[in-house]
Amino acid sequence: MLAWRSDNLSPITRRRLRNFRANRRGYWSMWIFVALLVVTLPAEFLANDKPLLASYKGALYFPVLVDYPEATFGGFLAETDYRDEFIQKEILDNGWMVWPPLRYSYNTVNKLPPTPAPSPPSAENPFGTDDQSRDVLARVIYGFRISVLFGLTLTFFSTIVGVLAGAVQGYFGGLTDLLFQRFIEIWSNLPILYILIILASIVEPNFWWLLAILLAFEWMSLTGVVRAEFLRARNFDYVRAARALGVGNVSIMLRHVLPNALVATLTFVPFLLNGSITILTALDFLGFGLPPGSPSLGELLAQGKTNVQAPWLGMTGFAVLATMLSLLIFIGEAVRDAFDPKKTGA
Amino acid sequence: MTDTLVDIRDLSVSFKTQDGVVEAVKRVSLRIDRGEIVALVGESGSGKSVTALSIPQLLPTSAFHPQGSIRFDGTEIIGAREPVLRAVRGARISMVFQEPMTSLNPLHTIEKQVGEVIRIHRRLDASTTRARVLELLNLVGLRDATQRLAAYPHELSGGQRQRVMIAIALANEPDLLIADEPTTALDVTIQAQILALLKSLQGRIGMAVLLITHDLTIVRKVAQRVAVMTGGEIVETGPVDQILTAPQHPYTKHLIAAEPRGAPVEPRPDAPVLMQTEDLKVHFPIRKGVLKRTVGFVKAVDSVTASVRRGQTIGVVGESGSGKTTLGLAILRLIASRGRIVMFGQDIQGLGFKATRPLRRRMQIVFQDPYGSLSPRMTVGEIIGEGLRIHEPKMSDDARRELIATTLEEVGLTRAMLDRLPHEFSGGQRQRIAIARAIVLRPDFIVLDEPTSALDMSVQAQIVDLLRELQARHMLAYMFISHDLRVVKALSHYVIVMRDGVIVEQGSTQEIFNAPREDYTRALLAAALNLEVVIPEAQRE
Repeated sequence: MLAWRSDNLSPITRRRLRNFRANRRGYWSMWIFVALLVVTLPAEFLANDKPLLASYKGALYFPVLVDYPEATFGGFLAETDYRDEFIQKEILDNGWMVWPPLRYSYNTVNKLPPTPAPSPPSAENPFGTDDQSRDVLARVIYGFRISVLFGLTLTFFSTIVGVLAGAVQGYFGGLTDLLFQRFIEIWSNLPILYILIILASIVEPNFWWLLAILLAFEWMSLTGVVRAEFLRARNFDYVRAARALGVGNVSIMLRHVLPNALVATLTFVPFLLNGSITILTALDFLGFGLPPGSPSLGELLAQGKTNVQAPWLGMTGFAVLATMLSLLIFIGEAVRDAFDPKKTGA
Repeated sequence: MTDTLVDIRDLSVSFKTQDGVVEAVKRVSLRIDRGEIVALVGESGSGKSVTALSIPQLLPTSAFHPQGSIRFDGTEIIGAREPVLRAVRGARISMVFQEPMTSLNPLHTIEKQVGEVIRIHRRLDASTTRARVLELLNLVGLRDATQRLAAYPHELSGGQRQRVMIAIALANEPDLLIADEPTTALDVTIQAQILALLKSLQGRIGMAVLLITHDLTIVRKVAQRVAVMTGGEIVETGPVDQILTAPQHPYTKHLIAAEPRGAPVEPRPDAPVLMQTEDLKVHFPIRKGVLKRTVGFVKAVDSVTASVRRGQTIGVVGESGSGKTTLGLAILRLIASRGRIVMFGQDIQGLGFKATRPLRRRMQIVFQDPYGSLSPRMTVGEIIGEGLRIHEPKMSDDARRELIATTLEEVGLTRAMLDRLPHEFSGGQRQRIAIARAIVLRPDFIVLDEPTSALDMSVQAQIVDLLRELQARHMLAYMFISHDLRVVKALSHYVIVMRDGVIVEQGSTQEIFNAPREDYTRALLAAALNLEVVIPEAQRE
């Protein structure tokens, strides 16, 4: 019932797709970004300290998916350390193992570093290790994934809340609008950082806590646009015609106004995603973000700052963040072009 | 003087688009003599404006001329270098556009905007410029010109703005004035004044006018020669009398036959009263100061008492700002009002949303702008079916689809159009869709808010015929709101004349059209039907 009908693409949708493709930089950025996302989503199969598959004494094991006690392979720990030479020898003597390309997870410590941690890039650790002797490449892969997933989730929910709030303000206008606007003015002046510091003393901020807190403030970035669109659209003749038919307010908002407000909203979403990722990185950098030990790009940057003698830390963090954010901005520009009324004639 | 000023030969204009080259004008030839008014007539999209814009070479950059020549006073325009063109534009050829609301810069005073054109082409000092500006404003009949010098465009009415635009166009005493639908956006009485002005100026300073219009009444009134355009070609050209009385080309015949005519079908005299208002008022408060205290009211509609019987059409006429549309919206309770509204024997003033809903299927509305009144992202079937989903929730999908399809056929469309989107249709087709949305619920009373004003002349006639036919078949009652008295005459049994929110005069259509009692009604009629200026005070001196 909502806007998009893929079976009969209207000429305007087709023209938008064409405009999107015409922006070569944005178009390729999208494919690179999608490729990076597809590669890093199954990070456990790409960089892990457990083998993907192991055959031991004729039985098949899936260490990536299942935790086996070490007793299975003749050890004594509760959880198997596949990087341990004794276990490796035991398994290889009685079968075989398939390892992921990178034998480190984000929290795996290289127990035999060539130099005191952080150690520079080597064949074992292509991007070097950090100050706790963990593999930087593995942490970057996991960090990229969590950043993007966090950004997407936050953007998704703040879009929903933002559109709803903007819709109510714009559609009803008057006193509702006035009170809502004043509320937003006050609310947007609350300092997020202090709230997070206070929160950190009560609960341990995990992924979902951070998401909830940031959501409480991020939604406001969209309300302005949506409110303006609804204010404009509520006086359109087709909205009046629907009122004359006896259509209720909720149906009018969903069916007649929202699809037209969505265009303005969609143009903003890539930039919102960028902002969400940046804010998580900033919080991690300051130490108020994800719990200690989590793979995060912000934490990598912080390590780069405290270990200037190990430039691979800061440089890797910078390169990954710059690439990711640039790709998203380029995609955003292409989306903006695609919906540009001057180019689509609508 | 009969020497040729503009000579267009075999001119073609094409546009480069993403879908290839589109040919807008095909091998057009046209001659304009000095001091002559030539009308270029045709429907929207026929290539009139594109032809006219090629004379000063003001087409968008995507346009090009595959062939043809334009000679202006002996000089070839096509392929001429920019300095040559600039010397011609503004100084020897000037233009007046349709929309007086957007053609003036809102941030500059009238004096500055008129003076600018003079200063660009002639080096004059400030006091001479000012004297010339005043002279021009007096020439175009702007009253109190001295006080108006410091005024900004928003302080002027539409007609006054169009006068200023004409003053700017006349500033350098051009040889040719291109007027692109100069009066379409104006009220009828103002329209008559502007046309009278154009004609008198042409006589006084001997300039040629290329008048682009779709309105044959205007052509008959002011032009000497006329060229008829359709599909990018000029199909017929000649003196106005000859073309309008003895058209040769079938398209011209069609255009002349297309003027709305005919009389409404009489309802039974004992038909029951469907809708009745008593002392209906719509007042918008004017608030001032920090505390937003109400200091007064804009009386958009004031003390209107009217009634409609089954099968009857009541025409509401008046100029823009007279409260016609507000009255229609208030009766359907789409805006807040005070006073009694009795609909189908029940006072609906103050009824809640739930209580009004069952009544909504019996009263419907069709709006003026067929481009704005259909949701752009819903299919025709969804648009028409929306009311059915609310008022007939139990109807099966197949039955609903069938009813929508037959309604589409009833308004002259085909059922194959059910799954298409509004932008695929022309203005007239969209208006038919809007009418289908209104009648699919089998209403008793429909408010028609200028349903023909945004349409081409021949389409207007078709819509009027359709409305009359639907009325006879379903015994519908219409409230027909329009500023176009010809259409009102063709459709209404009873007419209300409104001015500043108040009913000035009302009576049967014959009474109003044949024996109007009020000066205002007389002025309106003269302007609309013969383009005559009746209000003496509105003219200069």
